Amino acid sequence: MRALVVDDSRAMRKIIAGALRKLGYETVEAADGAEALKVLGEGPLPDLATVDWNMPVMDGLTFVTQVRANREYRALTLMMVTTEAEHGQIVRALAAGAHEYLIKPFTVEALEEKLSLLGLLPEVSQA
Amino acid sequence: MALTTAAFDWVRTLVRKESAIVLEPGKEYLVESRLVPLARAAGATDVSAYVDGIRLRPDRRATTAIVEALTTNETSWFRDGAPFQAFSTSVVPALKQARAATRSLRIWSAASSTGQEAYSLAMGLKDGVVSEGWRAEIIGTDISSEVVEKAKAGRYSQLEMNRGLPAPLLVRHFTRVGTQWQVNDDLKRMVRFQQLNLTSSYAALGQFDVVFLRNVLIYFDLETKRDILSRVRKVIKPGGYMFLGGAETTLGVDDNWDRELIGRVSVHRPKNGGQA
Repeated sequence: MRALVVDDSRAMRKIIAGALRKLGYETVEAADGAEALKVLGEGPLPDLATVDWNMPVMDGLTFVTQVRANREYRALTLMMVTTEAEHGQIVRALAAGAHEYLIKPFTVEALEEKLSLLGLLPEVSQA
Repeated sequence: MALTTAAFDWVRTLVRKESAIVLEPGKEYLVESRLVPLARAAGATDVSAYVDGIRLRPDRRATTAIVEALTTNETSWFRDGAPFQAFSTSVVPALKQARAATRSLRIWSAASSTGQEAYSLAMGLKDGVVSEGWRAEIIGTDISSEVVEKAKAGRYSQLEMNRGLPAPLLVRHFTRVGTQWQVNDDLKRMVRFQQLNLTSSYAALGQFDVVFLRNVLIYFDLETKRDILSRVRKVIKPGGYMFLGGAETTLGVDDNWDRELIGRVSVHRPKNGGQA
């Protein structure tokens, strides 16, 4: 499984990518939505993208919207991972095409449970 | 300072007596980590000193707080996933046929902790059962009155909300209140919580179509497990079901159950259709 970790904080990218690698993922990183689109354009398509909301250049919601507008990226599962925690924001992200929403701060167990909901927990890591 | 043997032994005797939950040697870390907040609140230098103080001058409030601290568990929404899937896709459709005359389902979440299991079941019953005019009632019970109060309040922290709750269900069934999330009233009305020790009588609970008795038997000794399972059988309506935790079984404990496999989930049904 491959995951694209999109977050403008290098420390946060490290945490998320590290947790995903422990679960058996290969990871690539991008610091904002535009860079993430570039990574997608260069292929291959990851199984999952974790997406921060507030980033410079292109924010996470715009990235999600653009990914969903491109039929070539239909198989990509999108999970927002953000400090934005208002009811209306979660509704907006889901409406834009995010599949799941994880609010920072989160535990590794919470990340695993979200991946399990999405059917994206690699078999080897399942108890 | 590490927990002294004397303090650990006293705590495990107390917990065994009050809850029938067995804390094996080796669980010192659990006792210590759960009691640190109580020790701090009491101004004790460490957990051993806190326990020693209570040993010398037993005080009902303090002993209750210790038992509660050791009998509650962190929990998530739709914990372990598969049992809820089996419930929604197989058990509920079967019960909808079997109970078509009464159009009513009663579910018992028998170690409900802070309520996530009971509310998860309510979310599962909302569509296709309650929406079709059926009555669905979920009773959540727990030995700890503190967690029962929290479950009744139906208010959860951000960290708790992150644990296994699908985002579409979060936005549908919860409202943000300050930094917390509140279960909406329509879901809350389906669920009732009360304090209950599983070693005491179930007479006041009534009869159930499904009992969720997950991840709680593991804490009891064999005799207590046998007693609980035999009495749970008596509160299951004919044709009803019981779910245990993934590491739990009726085999060799109480053999009056049939096991059925739904996907990779074992469900248990009283032999001979159960007793009314």
